[in-house]
Amino acid sequence: MGLISKFYNNMMKINKKIAISESGFVFNPTTGDSYSLNPIAAEILDMLKKDLSEDEITDALLEKYDVTASVLHRSIDEFIDTLKEMKILENE
Amino acid sequence: MSKRKLTIAITGLNNTDNPGPGIPVIRGILDSKLFDARIIGLAYENLEPGIYMRDLVDKSYHIPYPSAGSDILLKRIEHINKIEKIDVLIPNFDAELYSFIKSSEKLKKMGIATFLPTMEQFEERHKWNLCEFGKKYNVKVPSVKSFYSEAELYKAAPGLTFPVFVKGKFYDAYLATNAEQLRMHFYKLYSKWGFPVLLQQYIRGTEVNVVALGDGHGKTIGAVPMRKQYITDKGKAWAGITLDDEKLIEITHKIIKKSKWRGGMELELIKDEMNNLYLIEINPRLPAWVYLAVGAGQNLPEALVKLALGLKTNKYTKYDIGKLFIRYSYDLICKLEEFEQLSLYGEL
Repeated sequence: MGLISKFYNNMMKINKKIAISESGFVFNPTTGDSYSLNPIAAEILDMLKKDLSEDEITDALLEKYDVTASVLHRSIDEFIDTLKEMKILENE
Repeated sequence: MSKRKLTIAITGLNNTDNPGPGIPVIRGILDSKLFDARIIGLAYENLEPGIYMRDLVDKSYHIPYPSAGSDILLKRIEHINKIEKIDVLIPNFDAELYSFIKSSEKLKKMGIATFLPTMEQFEERHKWNLCEFGKKYNVKVPSVKSFYSEAELYKAAPGLTFPVFVKGKFYDAYLATNAEQLRMHFYKLYSKWGFPVLLQQYIRGTEVNVVALGDGHGKTIGAVPMRKQYITDKGKAWAGITLDDEKLIEITHKIIKKSKWRGGMELELIKDEMNNLYLIEINPRLPAWVYLAVGAGQNLPEALVKLALGLKTNKYTKYDIGKLFIRYSYDLICKLEEFEQLSLYGEL
């Protein structure tokens, strides 16, 4: 089971206060931390924010980028871990 | 609407790498749409940069150090007041507040309004009273122990755990990670500020600060939380950002409501990994970063002037989140005559 599944099963959500600009700049107003995302990370975060399912996110990225499903799953899992560390994801 | 003309005297013009709050307080007042203020700078040193910022400070006067006593200070203020007709006086240094609070009634008789904490509020928030303060107002605080002599420190040394914060009576704090560093910081602090020197439990976490203004009846007129983004080697914020954190606002409201805090204040807190907030210090005045609050929509210096004058002062309910301040240094070019004027005659 990928982390996105765990993410949904545990009902973790993107912190509603997080501000994400179109350029991929993320600001956490509770901690004052800010981050710059690369375009793909910004895309994933945007899809998570829109409550897209794991399959929908994976399908969208597989269609758009030249990547295998296993590599994509691993990359997304790592990214989700990072989002948790940054407290961008929180329990609902 | 025409602006009300006021003469406002302000201390803390030391806009250095360890800045006093004078200049940012002045900037807030000059931004006011209600007041047309003539600013009188009150300075302790000839080289306080604010004296020479002629676009912000109209006239400056030397005043005696707090150690000279309240009577000498009052005589000097009386002299300045005869010339300037001061409406409001805003002291901005912790070390001078005792004298000004003690003299506030006499200042009032001279026609000078202030808006300062009461002596009880000023005394109970001292660093060495922090544990009692925490108990009284139900706020988490780190443990603090005061030392009034070297002998006391040596006696306590075997039981100490590191790291520990070593703090001066009024200013300065150093982190000691071993006994040698503790001894060094202890000597440095007591020779600079006298006793007590304080040892404060180290709480691992992120430092957050709140600037606030209490109306003296339990109401918070305004409060803006900030996290330092860039810190100087003296631990001062060189950049900071406003935060959206209800817990910080709640704790500020609680302290102001319960203590009926009167005047400006800065709360220094540590947020640990479990999001617990520990109050580590209360500064009884507006801090040097107060202009961030002005920029974020809460002109607390203006509100403080309104309170001092007994004007109706509405509370601020919002501020801009994610507003940044970034300090910079700037070389003022001054004439020797200006320096001479201040050195010889005590005014410029």
